[in-house]
Amino acid sequence: MKITKQQCIEFYKDMLLCRRFEEKVSQLYVQQRFGGFCHLYIGQEALGTGCLNAIRKGKDYVISGYRDHTQPITLGMEPGVVLAELLAKSTGCAQGKGGSMHMFSKSLRYLGGHGIVGGQVPLAAGVGWKIAYEKEDLVILCFIGDAAINQGQFHEALNMCAIWKLPVIVIIENNLYGMGTAISRTCSLSSLADRAKGYNMRQAVIDGRNVINTYTQMLEIVEETRKTRQPILVEAKTYRLRGHSMSDPGHYRSKEEVENERNNDCLKILENHMLSQKIAQSKDFESWEDWAILEVEKAVEFASTSPEPELSDLYSNVLAP
Amino acid sequence: MAILTLRDALNQAMTEEMIRDPKVFLMGEEVGEYNGAYKVSKGMLEKFGPDRVVDSPISEAGFAGLGVGAAMVGLRPIIEMMTWNFAIQAFDQIINHAAKMYYMSAGQFSVPMVIRGPHGAARMLGAQHSQCVDHMIVNIPGLIVVSTVIPKDAKGLLKSSIRNNNPVMFLESELLYGYEGEVPDEEYLTPLGKGDIKRKGKDITLVTWNKMLLLSLDVAQKLWETENIDVEIIDLMTIQPIDEDLIFESVRKTHRLLVVEEGWGVASIGCHIVDRVVKECFDDLDAPPERVFNHFVPMPYNKTLEAEVLPTEARVIQSIKNLLYIS
Repeated sequence: MKITKQQCIEFYKDMLLCRRFEEKVSQLYVQQRFGGFCHLYIGQEALGTGCLNAIRKGKDYVISGYRDHTQPITLGMEPGVVLAELLAKSTGCAQGKGGSMHMFSKSLRYLGGHGIVGGQVPLAAGVGWKIAYEKEDLVILCFIGDAAINQGQFHEALNMCAIWKLPVIVIIENNLYGMGTAISRTCSLSSLADRAKGYNMRQAVIDGRNVINTYTQMLEIVEETRKTRQPILVEAKTYRLRGHSMSDPGHYRSKEEVENERNNDCLKILENHMLSQKIAQSKDFESWEDWAILEVEKAVEFASTSPEPELSDLYSNVLAP
Repeated sequence: MAILTLRDALNQAMTEEMIRDPKVFLMGEEVGEYNGAYKVSKGMLEKFGPDRVVDSPISEAGFAGLGVGAAMVGLRPIIEMMTWNFAIQAFDQIINHAAKMYYMSAGQFSVPMVIRGPHGAARMLGAQHSQCVDHMIVNIPGLIVVSTVIPKDAKGLLKSSIRNNNPVMFLESELLYGYEGEVPDEEYLTPLGKGDIKRKGKDITLVTWNKMLLLSLDVAQKLWETENIDVEIIDLMTIQPIDEDLIFESVRKTHRLLVVEEGWGVASIGCHIVDRVVKECFDDLDAPPERVFNHFVPMPYNKTLEAEVLPTEARVIQSIKNLLYIS
């Protein structure tokens, strides 16, 4: 399956925006403009962009772990609203009550940003249950990190998805490390997607560094899941070019390994493809670069000038009316 | 009014709400074909079919989490835990997910869900099947906690819980599923967050809930008949939030407080009530508040030892006498 030139450009611009956004987030974090934990998506953009463009945005559901700054942007959230959340402002997507790990958007059907590894997989099963219960023509994408496949709740949820035929697409973002521990040290499988076998579930492995492959494969997976209401476990191979979080010294992997991966950067792969296929020229990339920088600047301006929540907001939203 | 068991009252509540609202479904271990481990869901599979009365795998964290996710997108799950001891497996979903979702999404995703099942010791079930977790979950903002055993109350409260837009933890009692009481024939709802005076009295205020209510009523009757001591008994029914005004009002009348609770007494609900009463009614008190609770040991299997661990009639009577300075 081929994608159009225009789609290719949109994907590139989205990935670039996510990259520049996270670089700015990193900078602001170092400047102590906000606190807490901060997990960057740098290196994994092709995965997010490819997967999230394969669904019906705002109709299909998405749920994720804590590496969640840029997925809402790809779905259509203003970068400023994400940044405002990071800066704990009242204009943030969770009004400063969520933070880095808890981005939410009801209108985009982005069900969070979750901070307990693997805890979101049963939630995804619940959304799949609702889709099946009400016989809707929808799916849910559930992003998890590679290390989440060792959590009991992941297994419980996969089993329920399988026995009840729930339209849940669980995507393992395999960036090779659970925090500082190589997944090869904590999982006996060489192919993580093989976890599906224990549940008699469909599986797929995708190259998450290549946005075009990711998108085209995911499009097929999404539509088949929509049609058959059968869950699937997808292993998307990727690499995070930064630490697990901003406080990660990175002693568990060699400089050479990270350097090698930089040469395999998803943005570069797409850029080379676009140049070789004459989809774009150098000057196009320069103008997109300017555009992305400007978008990020606008986000910084919006977030910086937004007000903090009021102290009186403290007790709002503890219980629903 | 019909005479119903607690079991049947709970069954009626779920059945009526499932008829009223197609978004309500029941899921849990053995709720369907087995008709419920304690027969609370008897006949419901036949009535509603396997899409709405769902036998789950033994995966408490999994199906509690499924409930949270389904509730976030508009369904109203009733999740049955075979016992609250097993719900400890699901505490991550209850504490980290159900309770937090509405707040950390700034009101975008509510979790209208009920998790219900028997709570506390039954009889000779040993250490892993006889615990109270109520004092743990009342300390989690974002949860409503109901603990009730009188059939009329249980039915009205369960219906209110199913209609509530928050995660409601609903604590029943294995030993009292067969306990009978009058239940109105017409539809009614019992409000969450309100206690009920189960016995009017003027000498001391005894605050309790769940099956300790029955022990307390027995003791009160006995003391009334033998020693002319008049105990007022407040059945909290909802233990998060607590009906503080009802307690304060009673203590201002009796000037004495006793809390009888099943479960361990460290940082317990009784501690909290005493703290609130001492703060709000300090000048009204004529005696230091008393508490009766479990011995601080895992539950032993032996019947005699088990009975001694739980609040006993003798300990409740002794506390009442302490409050009245009767030696």
